[in-house]
Amino acid sequence: MKDRQEGYRFLLPAAVVLLFVTVYPLFYVFWLSLHRRHLIFDISRFSGLENYAFLLQDERFLRALWNTVYFTVLSVGLELVLGMVVALSLQRAFSGRGIVRALVLLPWALPTVVSARMWEWMYNTDFGIINYLLGVDVNWLGSPFWALNAAVLMDVWKTTPFVALILMAGLQVIPRELYRSAMVDGAGSLYIFWRITLPLLKPVILVVLLFRTIDAFRVFDAIYVLTGGGPANTTETLSIYAYKVLFQTLQFGYGSTIAMVVFLCVGFISVFYVRLLSR
Amino acid sequence: MPHKPRKRLLKLASLLFLLAVALTSCQTEKREATEETVTIVFKHGKLAGGPEALRAILARFEAENPDIKVKDEVLPASTDEQHQFYVINLEAGSPEFDVLSMDVIWVEEFARAGWLRPLDGIFPPEEREDFFAGPISAVTYQGSVYAIPWYIDAGLLYYRKDLLEKYSMPVPRTWQELVSTAKLIMEKEKDIYGFIWQGKQYEGLVCNVMEYMWSRGGGLIDEDGRFNALKKENIEALQFIYDLIHTYRVSPPLVTTAMEETTRHIFGSGRAIFMRNWPYAWKIFEREGSAVKGKVGVTVLPAFEGYNSAATLGGWQLGVNRYSPHPEAAERLVRYLTSYEVQKEMSIKMGYRPPRRSLYEDEELRRAQPFIVELYPIFERARPRPETPYYMMITQVLQPEFSAAITGLKSPEEALRSIQRQVEYILKLEER
Repeated sequence: MKDRQEGYRFLLPAAVVLLFVTVYPLFYVFWLSLHRRHLIFDISRFSGLENYAFLLQDERFLRALWNTVYFTVLSVGLELVLGMVVALSLQRAFSGRGIVRALVLLPWALPTVVSARMWEWMYNTDFGIINYLLGVDVNWLGSPFWALNAAVLMDVWKTTPFVALILMAGLQVIPRELYRSAMVDGAGSLYIFWRITLPLLKPVILVVLLFRTIDAFRVFDAIYVLTGGGPANTTETLSIYAYKVLFQTLQFGYGSTIAMVVFLCVGFISVFYVRLLSR
Repeated sequence: MPHKPRKRLLKLASLLFLLAVALTSCQTEKREATEETVTIVFKHGKLAGGPEALRAILARFEAENPDIKVKDEVLPASTDEQHQFYVINLEAGSPEFDVLSMDVIWVEEFARAGWLRPLDGIFPPEEREDFFAGPISAVTYQGSVYAIPWYIDAGLLYYRKDLLEKYSMPVPRTWQELVSTAKLIMEKEKDIYGFIWQGKQYEGLVCNVMEYMWSRGGGLIDEDGRFNALKKENIEALQFIYDLIHTYRVSPPLVTTAMEETTRHIFGSGRAIFMRNWPYAWKIFEREGSAVKGKVGVTVLPAFEGYNSAATLGGWQLGVNRYSPHPEAAERLVRYLTSYEVQKEMSIKMGYRPPRRSLYEDEELRRAQPFIVELYPIFERARPRPETPYYMMITQVLQPEFSAAITGLKSPEEALRSIQRQVEYILKLEER
């Protein structure tokens, strides 16, 4: 019992720091979200849940929520599949594997803003390389249908290496003997993948999904540079909307409300994955 | 032997130390000398003509005012980032800069927030009369002026003189004429766009759309000062912009992602008949080696049949930070930079359009910049975007809704109804 008490005392500093840097701001944002507030004009009045009620009739918010979900599901799904393919193929021994592994990591190493600017030029209708290679005349970033998918493609290009890297680490840990004995028993490679690789990789896959889903859900810089949220907010995500409301229009109350929604969603996602992991 | 290098090192170190001591004492001496002079900081965006041109102008100010030193600091090129810089620093009461340059749409917001020093004392009503009405109304908030106009901008129609002559078509005066002329020439010339403009979801789109609304007798603010977006004139104007792309097909779909420079490049390479843009593009088209040199004409934007043409007002103003530790020196710099002489020099050497009417009769300027002088009637009628401290919030609503209307995601009526609802929610802030 005494040991325990002592242990708590050691935890205290960390708890205080956490209280200050995460719990306090969180409650402050929640408090702000209950106000109609415009700091620079000295306007502030308590409005209860009015901001949350407005969320439901704010088409722009609903649109942003949908865009965020669409972006997250599609990009994370593609990244997982492609990352798995890359990880499995880089697992095999071939000459120059080291160089190829390094090259694969390149997109992940580039700053997001730089790669987004690069893709913006590649998507350009008039002199972009994508239209040139495909021999078409598509207005990628200007068409309400293509713009969000174009952003997904860029994100997949950028973060697949990260997924592949973590999966590769997971593959290293699987004992070789399992594969050998399976082969001795005459199992096919697909069967081995389903019955050995996938189940043993499950914890790593869940960690990857946790990281990637949270990241994708808060996506900001990639899309902000690529389209600025346009055309007509068809690529506006919750983070971009919150940023615009908070920092461009300075409506601290309503902006905080949107930020709270992002926080709650990310919270639910984390709890969901952590539950799966601890099963 | 092994001792030698160490000795040398010691010598070097002591020499460096002495040097450092000497330098610091030098610096303290200097600081003492500048006790009577003040240094003021001038923040502005990047200017055409490079930093040297402005430096020369500031050097003359320093020579005339030996007690003032000016440090000019350039902000990031994007106006959104400049706005953000000012908001963050001024909200925190920063005394780090004294004079700031502001876009026409910010002055009311900054004045309402109490960040700007009123300049009525150095900018009396008699002097204001010499300036164009648009920028003066943009710097006035509740009867006081909070900035002095530095240079002015307005939307223009650029056209290909050579092509209009070739098909003996007149310069279009109405939007309908522009459409039919563009269609006719597009049929005969290969690989040419009819009419390009700025349709990306950003502030430039609002500037473009307002011009159609005004030239149809519409607008967003009623005579009684109430915000009223949903009316017949505005619906028709938005519908017409949609039709330019999707029905008449004189504007390519790429305009919905275009900003000023995108359209300037296309027009400058000879691939468009008409373009809406700001005056800056003219100088680039007339440069040696330009594909359209001598083939470009400029005129007022068209209007709808039976209505008056209108151009959106742009341009920059100079104000004084309320938290500036040297307000008098800052005011003197603002006076100087917006004076007749400096505005004349900036116009002749750097191509900036002066906001003072009398300069358009200046013989020297008329000779050096005949193009600028021709723009006089356009500036005289240029109209400011809705003048309210809440403009930055309202434009965040306008941009996506206008974008939705021109890409066909929403009907003009739906977009305008949505604008009305959202802006009313924002304006409710004012009620306590």
